Amino acid sequence: MAKRIDVEDLNAWYGSFHAVADVSMTIEPKQVTALIGPSGCGKSTFLRALNRMHEVVRGARVSGQVLLDGQDIYGEGVDAVAVRRSIGMVFQRPNPFPTMSVRDNVAAGLKLNGVRKKSELDDVVERSLTMAGLWDEVSHRLDRPGGGLSGGQQQRLCIARALAVEPEVLLMDEPCSSLDPISTLRIEDLIGELKDRYTIVIVTHNMQEAARVSETTAFFNIAGAGEPGRLIEMGPTTKIFTKPDDTRTEDYITGRFG
Amino acid sequence: MALVGPVALRRRSVSRALLGLVGAGAIGLTALLFTATPFQGVLDFVLVAYLLYVVAQTAVSYAVEGARSARNRLALTLLVSALFLALVPLAAVLIYTVQRGVQAISPGFLTHSMNGVGPLEDAGGAYHAIVGTLEQVVIASVISIPLGLLAAVYIVEYGRGRLVYWIRFFVDVMTGLPSIVAGLFIFAFWVLGLHKGFSGFAAGMALAILMIPIVVRASEEMLKLVPNDLREASYALGVPRWRTIVSVVFPAASAGLTTGIILAVARVTGETAPLLLTAFGFDAIRTNPFSGPQSGLPLFVFSQAGSAFDVAVNRAWAGALTLIAIVLVLTVLARVLTRRNVLA
Ligand SMILES: Nc1ncnc2c1ncn2[C@@H]1O[C@H](COP(=O)(O)OP(=O)(O)O)[C@@H](O)[C@H]1O
Ligand SMILES: [Mg+2]
Repeated sequence: MAKRIDVEDLNAWYGSFHAVADVSMTIEPKQVTALIGPSGCGKSTFLRALNRMHEVVRGARVSGQVLLDGQDIYGEGVDAVAVRRSIGMVFQRPNPFPTMSVRDNVAAGLKLNGVRKKSELDDVVERSLTMAGLWDEVSHRLDRPGGGLSGGQQQRLCIARALAVEPEVLLMDEPCSSLDPISTLRIEDLIGELKDRYTIVIVTHNMQEAARVSETTAFFNIAGAGEPGRLIEMGPTTKIFTKPDDTRTEDYITGRFG
Repeated sequence: MALVGPVALRRRSVSRALLGLVGAGAIGLTALLFTATPFQGVLDFVLVAYLLYVVAQTAVSYAVEGARSARNRLALTLLVSALFLALVPLAAVLIYTVQRGVQAISPGFLTHSMNGVGPLEDAGGAYHAIVGTLEQVVIASVISIPLGLLAAVYIVEYGRGRLVYWIRFFVDVMTGLPSIVAGLFIFAFWVLGLHKGFSGFAAGMALAILMIPIVVRASEEMLKLVPNDLREASYALGVPRWRTIVSVVFPAASAGLTTGIILAVARVTGETAPLLLTAFGFDAIRTNPFSGPQSGLPLFVFSQAGSAFDVAVNRAWAGALTLIAIVLVLTVLARVLTRRNVLA
């Protein structure tokens, strides 16, 4: 299930603004890879380029290659919609569909892609909610609006929704930044469980979080305002946090950086 | 040293009783003025009493509460007066129409046409006009709602660059189109040009021309209210764009869209000018909107009100009341639906 991602020479633009430059990296399957770096250094942009969400923004474009188990997701004739089905995404702010019940939120990805069989959908809903650690809390109120849950529950609902379409990779953009410490802990535990089956890439500006959940860490930085973000250094999380090769990484890790 | 002295948290304020006293004083003084001097007239009285009250109230407030409160009271009084003034014509029209209409309306009025009713007879009704209005409005809606909605979807969800600019420009121009011009266009193009003659359908098309820009504008605003987060959440699940619009964006905006559309319907229901050259008017019941002239409530009111005879003028008021009732029902419906808006 889990697939490996090879990024080669990735560049991303918003109109004429060059947001991410020349990133090459390998993201290993069944691992958690954390992307860290100061705000505005292009972490979200890079992450969104990994499942072709970047191009949803008007005027945005990408160059370079992103190979999913060897197949370029930006290749000729590759359907962005299909790419997004196999590379799921969880956003910074929980965004359940406000008009749908908890059940329909989880089933949305399948339903909107034409799966109609109720028994099948019910199975998927239960399985996904269980995986997201939310089943016990919501099993008795599957028909209530998804927007009625707490922030932490909503975020786990969004994770369940992403898992329901059975992706191979899960991208998470600061999934805990709008949550309280208890909910954060639950989601971090959840990430630990999910990595047995998925390739997980998580953006975080919280270095303790990166240290807690990830095997590999990539540090991004910008040289200054208006400059594109670049990958500075990538390696095992313990190494990045104890003996980084680059002084910029060290400055950032030790807090000597703005 | 402090620049500002200690702030008194408790302040003296003008009581309601004192305000009432000031009001009574203003009225009394005015009464005195009107008996002692050649001043007269109800409107003049109200105006003088009002001005006296505003001045006195501000002065009292200044003396008791200080300058800031006095300014606040003055501004508030003027604001409330302006609001009241704005509501007066509306209330007057409504009250007067209901008064006259209720006297003239009857079950027979709602169930009979004007077929064979003589000019002096107190008989006949607006049934044919109600049928005509309903048919014409339905036709206008069937044409303009899909078109308007699709245009709004294009503008908000797909459009980029110059094309959208021009579409919005034309929608704006259409919004300002005088309604008689819409009628004239259908008259020249359809009624005369294609030799189709007068019909309810022609009226429906003229109304549609007026309705499309309203639907586009209202829907556009509602679709823009749908947070981008929701669209992205859907795309990230591998849902295609069109499916996202139908299953995520529309439901999220549905209450607002429905409200906007109902208000557009209500807005064209009362249009008179475009009907003159398209439906033309007809005294008998005509249920087929595709051939021959048809009546409509605004046309009915127009023709009856123009008559020199009281019976006809009464019928006009009854027709006006019916029209207001239809529009009111639509507006209330829109209100109720707005309250259920998930985005609000
Ligand atoms: N939708 C957008 N349109 C234009 N510029 C954007 C957009 N999103 C992000 N940017 C710019 O791209 C750069 C990188 O942003 P982002 O990827 O969000 O950084 P990070 O997630 O690391 O904080 C920033 O300079 C930001 O202003
Ligand atoms: Mg970000």
